[in-house]
Amino acid sequence: MGSYVAARLIQLLFVLIGVSVVVFVTMHLLPGDVAQLLLGDHATNEQLQRLREQLGLDQPVWVQYGRFMREALRGDLGVSVQSNRPALDDVVTAFPVTLQLALASLLLASLCGVPVGVLAAVRQGSRFDAVVMTLTLFGVSMPIFWLGLMLLVMFAAGLGWLPVGGLMPVGLDPPRLTGMSVVDSLLSGNATMIGASVRHMLLPAVTLASVPLALIARITRAEVLSAATADHVRTARAKGLADSRVILRHILRNAAIPIVTVIGLQLGLLLSGAVLTETIYSLPGLGRLMVDSILSRDYSVVQAGALFIAVVFVLVNLAVDILYAALDPRISRS
Amino acid sequence: MSATVAAAPGVIRRALHGTGARFGLAIAAVFLALTVFAPLVAPFDPYEQDLSNALSPPSELHWFGADQYGRDTLSRIVYGTRTALLAIVMADGLALLVGGSLGLVAGYLGGRVDASIMRLVDVLLAFPYLLLALIIVAVLGPSLTNSVIAIGIIYTPQYARLMRGQVLSVQAADFVMAARAIGAGRLRVMLRHVLPNSFTPVLVLATLQSGAVVVETAGLSFLGLGAQPPSPDWGALLADGHAYFLTAWWIATFPGMAIFLVVVGFNLLGDALRDQYDPRLRAR
Repeated sequence: MGSYVAARLIQLLFVLIGVSVVVFVTMHLLPGDVAQLLLGDHATNEQLQRLREQLGLDQPVWVQYGRFMREALRGDLGVSVQSNRPALDDVVTAFPVTLQLALASLLLASLCGVPVGVLAAVRQGSRFDAVVMTLTLFGVSMPIFWLGLMLLVMFAAGLGWLPVGGLMPVGLDPPRLTGMSVVDSLLSGNATMIGASVRHMLLPAVTLASVPLALIARITRAEVLSAATADHVRTARAKGLADSRVILRHILRNAAIPIVTVIGLQLGLLLSGAVLTETIYSLPGLGRLMVDSILSRDYSVVQAGALFIAVVFVLVNLAVDILYAALDPRISRS
Repeated sequence: MSATVAAAPGVIRRALHGTGARFGLAIAAVFLALTVFAPLVAPFDPYEQDLSNALSPPSELHWFGADQYGRDTLSRIVYGTRTALLAIVMADGLALLVGGSLGLVAGYLGGRVDASIMRLVDVLLAFPYLLLALIIVAVLGPSLTNSVIAIGIIYTPQYARLMRGQVLSVQAADFVMAARAIGAGRLRVMLRHVLPNSFTPVLVLATLQSGAVVVETAGLSFLGLGAQPPSPDWGALLADGHAYFLTAWWIATFPGMAIFLVVVGFNLLGDALRDQYDPRLRAR
C-alpha cells in the first residue's frame, strides 16, 4: 500500500507540472499585448516597455514559466483588475460557496441514489425498475441549467415557497467563519439564519445533484446486479439466509467499493461543474467568478481560478484512488 | 477487409431493433429534418422583432410564445437545431480527427511517441471538462465557433485513448501481420488496415457524445461565452429565459425541452450501439 501511494504521489507531481504548463501556456496565448491590456490604449511606448520589463514579458518563455512557478508556489498569482486584490484571495473567498454546494449535492445524490439503485436491482424487471431506469436516463440527459430554471419557475416564481437566488436574504448574514453559509449559520446557533441558509441552498443542491444522482443510482443498480451473481451469494442463499441479510452482508459489501469510488469522483466534477448552477441561482462561487473574470478579461483571476480548481480536482481524485486501493487491496498489489 | 468492418452495418442494424434505439433514431431523424427544412417549418423569421408582441404567452399565433423583442420562440427553437447540429459536427469532428489521429499514431508507433502523446492526454484529462472549456474560451474569446472548438478540444483525450486501445488490439491481428509479411509499408498498414478496423467503436463514442456536445455548447452560450445575440441558439434562448423567468416562463421552458429531447434521443441511440459492442452491459 505504501509503495502504491508513493507511486501515485510521484505521478501526481508530473500531472501537476503538466497542469501548470497548460495554464501558463494558454494564458500566454491570449490575443493582444498584456501590457497594453493593463495600461489601456492611451499608454505610451515607454510605459508599455517599462511594464513589459517589470512583468518579465521581455524574457524567454521558459524564464517566464520559472518565474510564474516560483510566484505560484508562494501564492502570488497576480492582482485582480476588477477587485484590485490578489487574485488568489478572490479565488479562496469564492471557493467555500462552491464547496458547500458540491458537498450538499453529493450528499443528496448519495442518500437518494444508492437506495434507489439497490431497490431497482432487487426488483430487476419490475415496474419500479423501469421507472428508475427511465428517470435516471432523464436525469443524465437533462441540462442542469434548464432543470434549475424550471425549479425556479415552479418553486420560486410560481409557488413562492423558496427564494429565487443568493446565499442568504438581504441583511441577514451569519458571521463569516468558514465562508459556507449553512455551516456559518449552524455555528451561529441562530434558528432564523439556519432556516434561511438551508432554504437558499435547497434548489441549487437539487439542481446540481440531478446528474450525479442518476449516475450513482445506475452504477449502484449495475454493481448490485453483478455482485448478486457471485458464487458466495448463491452459497449464502443456499444456506437459507434471509434476503435482507444476503443483500446487506454479501451483495452490498462487495458492490460498495465501485459505488464509493464513483461517489468520490463525482465530488471533483461537482466542484468544477457548479458554474452553471451558481449562475442560475446568483451564488458568488468560484465558477461564477471564473465566468465573470473571462467576460471582463480579468486574466489573473482566470489563471488563479483555473490552477486552483485543477489542483483541487487532481487531489480529490488522488484521494479517491487511495481510498479505492485501501478498500480493495488487489488494486495496490497490481 | 476485416471482419470488424464487415460486421459494422450488421451491428448497427441489430442495435436499432430495440424500442429505445428506435425512439432515439426517430428523435435524431426529426432533429435532422428540422435543420434541413427549418425555413419551411418555422412559422416566422427567427430574427423578426415585433415589440407589440413582446413577452406574449403561448397562443394560436405564437405556439411557444414570444420573447422580450416579440420574436417567435418556436421559430427560434427550430432554427436553433442548425446551431446544435453545427456544434455536433464541428466539435465531434474536431475531437474525432485530432484525438483519433493522436491515438492512431500513439498506438501504432508505440515507444516514446506513444508515451509523449499519452502524457499530454493525461494532463488534459486532469482538468475538469467545463474548466478546460472555460480556459480555452478565455483565450480565444466568447463566440459560437470558439466554444465549439473548446468543446472539441475537451473531448479529444477520450478519442485518443479509445483509438489507441483499439489500434493496440487490432495490430496484433493476423491480417495486419499478413499485410506486413507481404511487404506493405508502415503508413499503408496503418491507414489501410489498422485505421478502418479501429474506427467503429470511435464512431459509437461520437454518437454517445453528440448529446453531451449539445448540452455543453448550450451551457457555454447560457453563460454568455458561446453564441452571441441575436443568434437563435438554444443556450442563448435559455439565458433570455433566465432574465425573464418571473414573468415569462415559456422563453426558457421550450428551448430546454428541445435540448432535453435531442440529448435523450442521442443517449438512447448511443446506449443501443454501445450495448451491441459490449454485450456484458446489456444484462445490466
